[in-house]
Amino acid sequence: MVKNFRVTLPVDNPASAKLEKAQGRARLVCVGDWTVSELTDLDEQLSDLDLKGARDLEIDATGITSLDSGGAWLLLRTKRAADKAGAKATLNLPDKYHPLLETMDSGHTAPPVTHPPHTGLRGLLERTGEGTVLALRQGYDLLGFLGRVAVETVEAALAPRRELPWAAFIHQIEETGLTALPIVGLLAFLLGIVITYQGADQLARFGAQIYTIDFLGIGFLRELGGLVTAIIIAGRSGSAFTAQIGTMQVNEELDAMQTIGLNIAETLVLPRVLGLIVALPILTLFADIVGIIGGMVMTYFDLGVTIPAFMRELGNAITVKTLMVGLIKAPVFAFMIALVGCFEGMRVERNAASVGKLTTRSVVESIFLIIAADAGFSVLFSVLGI
Amino acid sequence: MSGAGTKADKAAALRAGKKDDVVIRIKGLVNGFGTKIIHDHIDLDVKRGEVLGVVGGSGSGKSVLLRSIVGLNRPLSGSIKVFGQETVGLAPDEMRGLQLHWGVLFQEGALFSSMTVAQNIQVPMRRWTNMSQSLMDELAAMKLSLVGLPEDAARKFPSELSGGMKKRAGLARALSLDPELLFLDEPTAGLDPISAAQFDQLVGDLQKSLGLTVFMVTHDIDTLRATTDRIAVLVNKKIKVGTIKELLQDKDPWIHEYFAGPRGRAALGG
Repeated sequence: MVKNFRVTLPVDNPASAKLEKAQGRARLVCVGDWTVSELTDLDEQLSDLDLKGARDLEIDATGITSLDSGGAWLLLRTKRAADKAGAKATLNLPDKYHPLLETMDSGHTAPPVTHPPHTGLRGLLERTGEGTVLALRQGYDLLGFLGRVAVETVEAALAPRRELPWAAFIHQIEETGLTALPIVGLLAFLLGIVITYQGADQLARFGAQIYTIDFLGIGFLRELGGLVTAIIIAGRSGSAFTAQIGTMQVNEELDAMQTIGLNIAETLVLPRVLGLIVALPILTLFADIVGIIGGMVMTYFDLGVTIPAFMRELGNAITVKTLMVGLIKAPVFAFMIALVGCFEGMRVERNAASVGKLTTRSVVESIFLIIAADAGFSVLFSVLGI
Repeated sequence: MSGAGTKADKAAALRAGKKDDVVIRIKGLVNGFGTKIIHDHIDLDVKRGEVLGVVGGSGSGKSVLLRSIVGLNRPLSGSIKVFGQETVGLAPDEMRGLQLHWGVLFQEGALFSSMTVAQNIQVPMRRWTNMSQSLMDELAAMKLSLVGLPEDAARKFPSELSGGMKKRAGLARALSLDPELLFLDEPTAGLDPISAAQFDQLVGDLQKSLGLTVFMVTHDIDTLRATTDRIAVLVNKKIKVGTIKELLQDKDPWIHEYFAGPRGRAALGG
């Protein structure tokens, strides 16, 4: 058998275990360095031992030149196996190794460690069940968190004596809104160009290129502008909320706040939720405008539509209602992003992997909720005939 | 040793070095960050089978010394020989062979958080040997009982353990390959006095039965009294080595304050 040995250091005296059998008496002669480099070989030799028919087993380890706890375990294991099989086993060992063996014999009776299952059908079922329960509990906890934030918000609003965290609120608007303008603007502009190009290409087959502008205006204002902005902000600010609050959790800052008597929902969650509810509609409006400008630039170069002509066509296609239908969704998206971001942040455990894991989960969950809510809005609007 | 030395030569030299009575030999070590010198030409020998405690004020470079020896910190100059092999200037991954013979317990345990305790203990085994999974499972259980952790700790993740259990698990990982040389970085810091005393006892027992050489950075004067043979004090960028008795006679104000101050006197019963 070809082996891929990774321990490259040879020992002075190669270890071996040889069994000598004679008339019901067995003698296991152990020599050499019974240390970590030799364990693999020794384990195989000892596992292959055939002790059948032996009433007495003498383990003669006096020839051992070096012994560590791994080697001692193998000796001990062999002795115990023989005892269990009904043979009377004795172990002779150089004096200097007696303390080691005694420490191990007295302390160690444990069976081999077991690992959590990873493979096989049972493991798959176990993980599926665990995942399902976890997802349900997650939803339940999120609802609980929503309730808590709602109650705290009302309390904060009804208790004007308490200083509302205005500074934090303004800071959040700046952090989530103002600083996001460049990236939102750039992506909306590019998206406007792409939509116009694709629309013009398809509509040209019917000779209806001019309706590209209707397509752009309605599509962008009603759906795309809000959706894209919300998704960008979920990735940008939702993750930041989780990471910030999560790091505070790891650092025991949240516990410190509670002992001081600061209300976590009020000091951390409320400014973020309210800040984003203000910032996201503004960002959405900005994205709508820049996206339309992107489309305008594209129609000018691609279709040769002048700016006044574009404006006239756009004015025919959209109304204030078109814009409002898109904008009304933004605060709902913002609420979900901020709530999920803060919620996941507070679930962070005190270990390094946790912050990263929950940040990822926060982004995925909020994007899922955004798209699900958008679908819900579409159904609602069609029922209402808007 | 010349760079042309073959693998076999190196291995032979290492084996010869391992028979030596001095396990770690530090000569003229200089460490510093920027313009700040932390160690100014210090010499230190750690003998086979002894427990050496390293003490010093905050910022005196105790951990830096430990990190220099195991190759996590590159000294400005000087020589560090472990088992006769020079380690200065080698990257950590060039120290193959040495890593097999030492174990390091970091301050917070430094357990890999994505693995269970049992898997943590098996990481060095997987890296350096090709033992079968069943043998590794047996050995992991044995190491756990050696460090006094209950059976069910094997399947737990580090985040589910208390501080003291993390240190025990870290020790089990450090002992995974039965190293001859054990580095402990503040093993009892953050433990309650009873757990700390148990840990001292544990280190002492393991040291005796496994014949370990222990290099221990600590602040804990009780630990020093209970476990160490000699103590190295880092003071004024230099190092002074001696037994507690010898150090009690020392004229240096810091050393005097450390051993003969109120806490020192209480711990040493003087």
